[in-house]
Amino acid sequence: MIDFELTRVGTPDAAVQIAAATPTAQQGATVRFIAGGTNLIDYMKLDVETPQHLVDINRIPDLAKVEKQPDGSLKIGALVRNSDLAQAPEVLAEYPVLSQALLSGASAQLRNKATTSGNLLQRTRCPYFRDLAYAECNKRTPGSGCAAIGGYHRNHAILGVSDQCIATHASDMDVALMVLDAVIHVQGIKGNRTIPIGEFYKLPGTTPHIENALEPGDLITHVTLPALPETKQIYLKLRDRASYEFALASAAIVMQVQGGRLRHVRVAMGGVGTRPWRMPEAEHALEGQAPGEGVFRAAADAALKTARPHTDNAFKIPLAKLCMIRALTTVTNA
Amino acid sequence: MEQQTPQPITESKIVGVPTPRIDGPLKTTGTAMYSSDHHFPGLVYAWPVTATIASGTISGIDSSSAEKMPGVLAIYTHKNIGPLYRTPPSAGFSMILDERRPPLEDEIVRYYGQYVAVAIAHTVEQARAAAEAVKVTYNKTPHDTSDKLLDTPTIAGKLKEVTKRGDTAAALAGAAYKHDAVYSTPTETHNPIELHASVAVYKDGKFTLYETSQAVVNHRDVMAAMLGVPPENVQVITRFLGSGFGGKLWPWPHALLAAASARNLNRPVKLVVGRSMMFQSVGHRPAIDQRVQLAADKSGKLLAIQHDYVNHTSMLDDYDEGCAESTGFMYSCPNVLATSGLVRRNVGTPTSMRGPGAVPGLYALESAMDELATKLNIDPVQLRLLNEPEKDESTGQPFSSRHLKECLTVGAEKFGWAKRNPAVGSMKDAEGRTLGWGVAACTWIATRTDAEVNVELRQDGAARVACGTQDIGTGTYTAVAQMVAHETGLPLQRIDVVIGDSGLPPGPISGGSWATASVVPAALQAAQQARKQLLSLSTKTDGCPFKDKSVDELEFVDGVVRIKGQSSGGVPFAEILKTANVRSVSGTGKSTGLFGDPNQKFSFHSFGAQFAEVTWQPEIARLHVSRVVTVIDAGRMINPRAARNQIEGAVVMGVGMAMLEATEYDHRSGGPINASLADYIVAVNADCPNIDVTFLDYPDFNLNPLGARGVGEIGLAGIAAAITNAVHHATGIRVRNLPVRIEDLLVAPGNKTS
Repeated sequence: MIDFELTRVGTPDAAVQIAAATPTAQQGATVRFIAGGTNLIDYMKLDVETPQHLVDINRIPDLAKVEKQPDGSLKIGALVRNSDLAQAPEVLAEYPVLSQALLSGASAQLRNKATTSGNLLQRTRCPYFRDLAYAECNKRTPGSGCAAIGGYHRNHAILGVSDQCIATHASDMDVALMVLDAVIHVQGIKGNRTIPIGEFYKLPGTTPHIENALEPGDLITHVTLPALPETKQIYLKLRDRASYEFALASAAIVMQVQGGRLRHVRVAMGGVGTRPWRMPEAEHALEGQAPGEGVFRAAADAALKTARPHTDNAFKIPLAKLCMIRALTTVTNA
Repeated sequence: MEQQTPQPITESKIVGVPTPRIDGPLKTTGTAMYSSDHHFPGLVYAWPVTATIASGTISGIDSSSAEKMPGVLAIYTHKNIGPLYRTPPSAGFSMILDERRPPLEDEIVRYYGQYVAVAIAHTVEQARAAAEAVKVTYNKTPHDTSDKLLDTPTIAGKLKEVTKRGDTAAALAGAAYKHDAVYSTPTETHNPIELHASVAVYKDGKFTLYETSQAVVNHRDVMAAMLGVPPENVQVITRFLGSGFGGKLWPWPHALLAAASARNLNRPVKLVVGRSMMFQSVGHRPAIDQRVQLAADKSGKLLAIQHDYVNHTSMLDDYDEGCAESTGFMYSCPNVLATSGLVRRNVGTPTSMRGPGAVPGLYALESAMDELATKLNIDPVQLRLLNEPEKDESTGQPFSSRHLKECLTVGAEKFGWAKRNPAVGSMKDAEGRTLGWGVAACTWIATRTDAEVNVELRQDGAARVACGTQDIGTGTYTAVAQMVAHETGLPLQRIDVVIGDSGLPPGPISGGSWATASVVPAALQAAQQARKQLLSLSTKTDGCPFKDKSVDELEFVDGVVRIKGQSSGGVPFAEILKTANVRSVSGTGKSTGLFGDPNQKFSFHSFGAQFAEVTWQPEIARLHVSRVVTVIDAGRMINPRAARNQIEGAVVMGVGMAMLEATEYDHRSGGPINASLADYIVAVNADCPNIDVTFLDYPDFNLNPLGARGVGEIGLAGIAAAITNAVHHATGIRVRNLPVRIEDLLVAPGNKTS
């Protein structure tokens, strides 16, 4: 671990001002915000993250609240802890998919520390990204290569991959936020702006080190979830062990069944993509259809059509299909 | 010492009574001192530099910038670590270690993660930063970490016979019912929560070493030999261990790095092995391929067993897993052949992991028995009952105590086995999940090794019992206290157990499940000797009511000396000692072990039966071990509460072995790539089945007067086979290379090959 400076700030303005000094808000950032620290500190110990300056945002007032807005949307502060968010009455009542996703992730101890904004910025578990002994990692060192391709990649991504990176996005919460059309509110050096979650995460392409739309100085202040009509929701997670384990495949689904037809269908999957993976192909195949195994199977096939597996993670294609079909079956019967 | 015919002790107020651990409060309050908790004035920290190649030579080490970093005291390499020696050949339980090359001996690298230097600094952060700043360059040579083992060149050039009787080849050729398959198990890494650690104190030519050791006496001998000092100049202390699973039985190179650094700098040095290094240089269960061939007649009577196994070992050391240990005596069979082979790979040296040999060996043998039962259309419990031997057919000796049939029948009854429909996928639970039921038999060696124990009865009314064994978290403190409580009648809270120090009378290693059984005779004898001295003192002490009585007229009951059979007029022993102004009386017990004795009259083994239920949801490829019934025949349980805990823990570890655990090597670098507790997954609470443990109560008085054997390992034997047999019953898929993974179960029913 390298030496770093720690500054505790009391306002978003102060945080943004310090963070503006970093040349990038992506891999290689010299200034990082720290909230729960459950991810960042791991990577600092491994020298994967080497910020010179940490800005502790935990004392900024009002960022730890969950509030219903006049327009019916839900405002979730950046510092709301995962365990608090999972148990928030508004979330349990209107966005149960989010609660289920949160509770399926990590462990109780980690959820007590981890925050909403931190989870949005969770890094991959790719072992090569984490281990400096492997020089090849385009995400860590642009242009160096990808050790996972041709290496150990059983839990790597099959969707959104490139020849330069196949790292899986590890979050459960963010998969639920994808189907809830969450909006990310950012305060930056040029003022405040909003980023729909669908535009927040970047595909690796030729720049795997650029993971999201944040610029130097940007501080996520809160997330809003638009009001939803009454829907059926589910989060289903498949993994190697029964708890405290990342997904091999997970599915988040929001839908309505009206007059025997599927409406307002939103599907996203985790554990399979280089980012939380919204599946418009599946949604298109399901929207307006009568629920049934054939329809579900067609949706799953459509969603996984562009999958690009490697030797050891090809099983994720049939597994992801099972996951989605089962989630659809369960939620339509709920 | 002469072998004594043991006097069976059948009655006891404390032996056999479920007893909470006497060291429990120390652990739950955080006051138990584990090795890395020790701290001393002037203590500095060591952090190793590890090789990032798996084969080659060091061409250069540039430590110039690391040496200038804040707080750095030294960077040691093969050029300046100072003298470290190899050990002479081991004899008995002395001079044992698996990686025999001292660290930093030369510039050759033979496995990824091998220590190539060590940084010493005032803080652990400074030491680590310095270690990471040491620039090592290499001349790489090709390495081999392949896990394809069978049919690759072995060290000996041919397979070594382990056990043989009859004509196996002919029997296999002629049999009507045959089974032939290869079972593979991966490298598994011990992951005790307590990391390996050494705190080395060097003063006036003497070493005091706080180590994470399952065998302090051997550790002392090895360290003295490798440091080149007399054994009396080394003291090894392990008061508490955060478990070891066999990984802490023998010294590993980090202990030498710490001790040599302390010597060189003349100040205390602490080295805690990092979690990723735990996957590299402190041993592992090796990758193993086992081919098992069985032949039977139509009735199910075994006609032939052939068991050929090959395990990987390191480039310098020959570690034999011993998978065929039980193949010769498990079942009655006229023709048996077992062979072993070792193949060299560029990996750290393997070592014992809980149930070495038997655990992977019985996974293979008991899987094969299940496959044979399917072919014969015979119930798998019946097949085992049918082949129960009368004696150990590999040696001709009678079994000291073998109740495998009862384990199977009691287990079947408790499990509800009679309701099993053998058709694959035919059984469902109330929620519609498919059920799979599997069974496996298991066995583990029972023996005793040499032990010496001292018992002291003190003027303060307490007893002190001392033995150079150690408690790896399994309850040795409590079991030893129970033995002395039994013999003296003192309550447990008045017995001080002192173990975990090489300066004490030499005691057994905490391995092989024999620590308890080994201590029994010596502890009882020591207590008896102390009692004799007490009674003798009573007859010679002025002011004592027993002055001038004969020792034969007296007895020592419940802490009181009295005239034999008289419940009144007794005197607490503390009063007698006070009257005599003697601080304590003591006795020493010594017992000779049976381990390796060629003149043994009996074949000593424990036995058991494992029944496992899995639930299977093919629609989401979800497999869960829901229920395990284990019946164990391991003599008398000194502390049934700790014993049950051992079996439960082993079953959970078995779930990990069957479904989760594997150390994955990146074959390009040669290094373990999932070297963290997040990536090397072990069972968590949510994976634990309901566990029902039954002990058959057949004391083995041929082994020791209390009839106790041991339960540390047998609970893990057989469990993986019981689970994979259940998986086959549920899914129709026979997984022959562990662990069973989701992708194995996604394929159409059939046979998965390695």
